[in-house]
Amino acid sequence: MFRDSVRALLERDCTADVLRELWAGESGRSDGLWSGLAELGLTGLLLAEEHGGLGMAEVDLVLALEESGRACLPEPLVETVLAAAPLLETLAAGGGTPASVADKWLPLVAAGEARLAIEHPANPCVADAHVAELLLLLAADGSLHAVERAQVELIRQPCNDAARRLFTVDWKPGDDSLLAKAAGATRLLDAAFDRAAFGCAAQQLGIGQKLIDLAVDYAGQREQFGRAIGSFQAVKHHLATAQVAVEFARPVVYRAACSLATGHTDAGLHVSQAKAMADEAALLAARTSLQVHGGIGYTWEVDLHAWMKRAWALEMTWGGSAWHRGRLADAVLADIDNKPREGQLQLQGVN
Amino acid sequence: MDLDYTKEQRAFRAEAREWLKANVPGQALPSMDTEQGFAAHREWETKLNEGGWAMVSWPVEYGGRGVDLIEWLIFEEEYYRAGAPGRVNQNGIFLLGPTLMEYGSDEQKARFLPRMAAGIDVWAQGWSEPNAGSDMAAIRTTAFRDGDQYVVNGQKTWCSRAVWADWIFCIFRTDPDSERHRGLSFMLVPLDAEGVQVRAIEQLDGETGFAEVFFDNVRVPVDQLLGEEGGGWKVAMSTAGFERGLMLRSPARYQATARKLVALLRDNPEAAQRDPTLGDRVIRGWMQAEAYALQTYRTASRIIGGGSIGAESSLNKIFWSEMDLAMHETAMALLGPRAELLPTARAAGDVGDWLDGFQFALAGPIYAGTNEIQRNIAAERLLGLPRG
Repeated sequence: MFRDSVRALLERDCTADVLRELWAGESGRSDGLWSGLAELGLTGLLLAEEHGGLGMAEVDLVLALEESGRACLPEPLVETVLAAAPLLETLAAGGGTPASVADKWLPLVAAGEARLAIEHPANPCVADAHVAELLLLLAADGSLHAVERAQVELIRQPCNDAARRLFTVDWKPGDDSLLAKAAGATRLLDAAFDRAAFGCAAQQLGIGQKLIDLAVDYAGQREQFGRAIGSFQAVKHHLATAQVAVEFARPVVYRAACSLATGHTDAGLHVSQAKAMADEAALLAARTSLQVHGGIGYTWEVDLHAWMKRAWALEMTWGGSAWHRGRLADAVLADIDNKPREGQLQLQGVN
Repeated sequence: MDLDYTKEQRAFRAEAREWLKANVPGQALPSMDTEQGFAAHREWETKLNEGGWAMVSWPVEYGGRGVDLIEWLIFEEEYYRAGAPGRVNQNGIFLLGPTLMEYGSDEQKARFLPRMAAGIDVWAQGWSEPNAGSDMAAIRTTAFRDGDQYVVNGQKTWCSRAVWADWIFCIFRTDPDSERHRGLSFMLVPLDAEGVQVRAIEQLDGETGFAEVFFDNVRVPVDQLLGEEGGGWKVAMSTAGFERGLMLRSPARYQATARKLVALLRDNPEAAQRDPTLGDRVIRGWMQAEAYALQTYRTASRIIGGGSIGAESSLNKIFWSEMDLAMHETAMALLGPRAELLPTARAAGDVGDWLDGFQFALAGPIYAGTNEIQRNIAAERLLGLPRG
């Protein structure tokens, strides 16, 4: 199974020790890890075969995304694979500069030889601009441009998650870098936003589960009052409550994957539900896991904080849970008559 | 990847919708926890059965249509959309029914299931005792073998609708030397048997939906033992799984509540002004109901594919009960000062049955195994935390 190969790769090459090494490094990234993911087909999974991709869909990617969250993967998987690359591919059929940009860069992405960064109004900074060979940037007039890294100046924005690398970008738009004017750019970015929000939601499932698993592991070993602390009811209840949250966010994320894959009219709403629920589950898991770990959980030495900080960061990336609930609310509150549900509910194949 | 309903499933939905439209009573029936309401709901069960809709997922020979779990979920969606009455025989059809199918002899199945589906026998559940609630293994009511009968002595409590029901399924201690969960047996007892006395318990909402049931040398024929003598705990655990899991609380119920809650918000715009968190609470309820539906479909697919639910049913129970309570708390908050008025009060306006629903929702985290017990089970059996 694809998920198993991804898990195996990450368990081998993205251990907690590797993470700490990367934190200390300049780029915080590993080309070896990125090409390993490319070899599994991950980077080009959504891209057409003519661009070196697998021509598959979000529903085929969701479990691998969960694994990337579980491993606290520091690479720009969501930005490159979900947000930017498919956006470029949408332009490939249109001819002109955008098509040639797509034809040049997408095969490199699929081969694991290029990472992409993307600017979006929802996010104040551009993630991984420093390792992206190509950046998709927004000009002041709302137009979208593709610019190579050598042509921009990056200002690093230090942040809480030791693995995340955030930047603001100084650059000048030109005619030769133009991908789409404002109206077209908005459409492209809206679609990218939904894919990316979904990607984060899937990662949050993996992060949330890992946070619970770390706590279960700790609680099974740490002894106080002559017994493992996991045998105390309060500890059990905290963790069971967190597990409920992750468990019920899961099918919502999987449904969003299906909806994106099939171009369902309500895909955006399904994504918002997924992000809102997965974010909250991950945050609850973080809070719970820290509490179960007690004092030791508060240290740099214990790995826990890596996942907690990722959960906190992803909550606010590509739309916070409250924003996503708001989008859902606008739709639901406007249209609440007894319309029957048609299709959409069987989830076989995503297990 | 199969996302849409099949042609057959769509046809099934249409058939159910049509029948329900033609047959669901125009006005809501009185509460099933009242004498009059109980009788009215029983009549509805008969009508459902006549239409072949009483228990669609049961084999045809027992009164069903032999459809799978997905169709059952579809039926439930149409059922709730049509505003159909509650299932007064839910303890029978959702709990005892599947248990009989798993542990019953052919003779027992043929004897009890069709009558259950038809609403001829309405069932109550007799598990808890004054000294044995969460700690079910502490039960003391005895059933000692005498020839081809068991003689039952003791008391059960919290038996829903036992005042008007026909039969009760119980767990008794059949081995006098046994302790805890050993030596227990699962039995089926008619409530009109000699020596049975039923006493109603008044609930906080004024209804007498509960009862205590006293057994004074009640004789139960051996052929009303379900499963093995002494094997009652295992049978009961199987029933408990059904209680927490799929069937007892279908997603459609909560999706209906969520839709009504959205309508309540829309109809009370000044409430959102008074409390800006209300809109968010409403949408959370809506999202949770959706999540519960998606999870249920996923589980149903897994079961159809040959899988089974284990301790995950505990997560399920926690989720639906707390979701239901949260939605009703939101409704109470939305109604503001009108929340305490009974629907019959002129000043109430259109408060619907939210107050009733809220008080009933409070019981959710308690019945079918308290959520504390469910969290223990989830922690120990799913997460592998030490029993301690």
